[in-house]
Amino acid sequence: MTEAQSVAPPASAGSSPMVQFRNVSKSYASGQPAVHNLNLEIDRGAITVFVGPSGCGKTTSLRMINRMVEPTEGTVLVDGQDVSAQPAAALRRSMGYVLQSSGLLPHRSVLDNIATVPRLNGVSRRQARIRAEELLAVVGLSPALGKRYPAQLSGGQQQRVGVARALAADPPILLMDEPFSAVDPVVRAELQQELLRLQQELAKTIVFVTHDIDEATVIGDKVAVFATGGRLAQYAPPEELLRAPVDDFVAGFVGRDRGFRSLSFASARDLPLLPAATATAGTLASMPAEGWLLITDDGGAPLGWLPPGQRTPAAAVTGGSLFTIGSSLRQALDAALSSPSGQGVAVDAAGRVAGLVDAGEVLQRLDAERRG
Amino acid sequence: MDWFLANLPFVLELSGHHLYQSVLPLVLGLLISVPLGYLAWRLPSVRGVILSVSSVLYTIPSLALFVILPVILGTRILDPANLIVALTVYAIALLVRSVVDALESIDDGVRQAAVAMGYRPFRRFFAVDLPLAVPVLFAGLRVVSVSNISLASVGALIGIRNLGVLFTDGLLRHFLTEIVVGIVMTLVLALLMDFVLVGLEHLLTPWNRHRKARSKQVLVATTGPDNSGSGDSAGTARRPDAAETAVLHESL
Repeated sequence: MTEAQSVAPPASAGSSPMVQFRNVSKSYASGQPAVHNLNLEIDRGAITVFVGPSGCGKTTSLRMINRMVEPTEGTVLVDGQDVSAQPAAALRRSMGYVLQSSGLLPHRSVLDNIATVPRLNGVSRRQARIRAEELLAVVGLSPALGKRYPAQLSGGQQQRVGVARALAADPPILLMDEPFSAVDPVVRAELQQELLRLQQELAKTIVFVTHDIDEATVIGDKVAVFATGGRLAQYAPPEELLRAPVDDFVAGFVGRDRGFRSLSFASARDLPLLPAATATAGTLASMPAEGWLLITDDGGAPLGWLPPGQRTPAAAVTGGSLFTIGSSLRQALDAALSSPSGQGVAVDAAGRVAGLVDAGEVLQRLDAERRG
Repeated sequence: MDWFLANLPFVLELSGHHLYQSVLPLVLGLLISVPLGYLAWRLPSVRGVILSVSSVLYTIPSLALFVILPVILGTRILDPANLIVALTVYAIALLVRSVVDALESIDDGVRQAAVAMGYRPFRRFFAVDLPLAVPVLFAGLRVVSVSNISLASVGALIGIRNLGVLFTDGLLRHFLTEIVVGIVMTLVLALLMDFVLVGLEHLLTPWNRHRKARSKQVLVATTGPDNSGSGDSAGTARRPDAAETAVLHESL
């Protein structure tokens, strides 16, 4: 696979890949191949995302890792070992698995659900429950939820329990099959951030399937784009995918505003800030009437913009995203474009106004980067 | 009533026989239907055969079965075993389909999850499939329990002692009271068995109880204030949704 070889060395350079697909194909009796001659190496300790339209073989590929699906041709290696030579049940217990809509066992309490795999491995009920309680905290759930049944939890909570269950036996590999697709966008974004936070602590090898290219670029250290017919179209880090899609299919799949989204990966660390004219409700009266004025609270956090000539707090226009210093050019540009005054508000880590960003500055900077 | 009190020991004895003759086939039928239903569910090739044979069984007239069984089994014609075997056959006829339906009612995602976590088939059946099949399975059991209790009476025609004796005897003597007592006692037994089964299901499905409790809570919350006014069916039909979301939000 040329794409695989052309990308930067894996995060843990020197160690062998955790999962390898070698000439793997899967076809069903109905004809159409589900996966066609897949060659792919999945890095240890990184998040690899399989993304593609429905019917592209991404879930089938994932399920070949734990033998929920057997390949028609080729071999799948985990940690250098051919999976087909290992007993299926034991192999599955050695990997965490998170499904869409969590797949929790409805007749087991939350704690017993989390304890499932350790119990299958012969750990005592007591021990398994103690571990389950720890995991509840790890995924950010209150211990009081442990005695409830899955039907008594919200969708987001169920997904967290699903993640906790997958982590219970402390497997080196987590397989996640569209785990967040059944929750609403706000909860999904929350769960994505939570997963990235967890991953920083745990450094598991995660294989994550999604049909959402945005989710793929947010979460993935590397993204494998599958095309219809089970063909691997491109395998690259997300920024490369957005910057240099290999063909029209990938370009079409990553979407029309990929140029804007690729700014997510460009650092705005040295972006110059303009001085901001600010006032608090108390000092408002003494400010000149020309130009836009930013009002802040006493702690320096932005509250809203006053249009030229208007200097009463009631006239404040809110809205516009904030740019946190040190984040991406995408956030800086978005702050500038969405601001009523045309200049984005930059805040420091504590949320205090640090200055203003100008859309023109962002574009100039991009230009400079391209030349230099 | 006087006749009933005067013959109480006799009626109770017949009721005891009747209960035994209808419960034992229920238990035997369940024990045989679960593996048969499991096979029909897992193997599409034998599924058609198992399901059609079981439906055909149910069409055999009960009296004919009672008469033929001694020939097949080599039992004496008055042996209660004939009745028990016959009722077991009817129980299987109904329960095999119930077992298949019950196993099919389980969410496929849950089963996939169980496989993905590394359950082997045997353990998975007892730890996941069977417990989750209980609600649908018990619906079938309740039907069979009632059907058994009513069918058992037919056994009196071939001389087996149970509540059916009250019907045959009452008919011969043109004594209506005896027949009424028979009917009432049959009803009482059927209700009793139904209560026992409902209680048993309740014990076996603590996880389902919470779900029911929640939807009940929702109903109380929505119909409570509405009861005073005229029943606006469209209004009440829409309201559970809103209340349900409220409950969901609460649990968020």
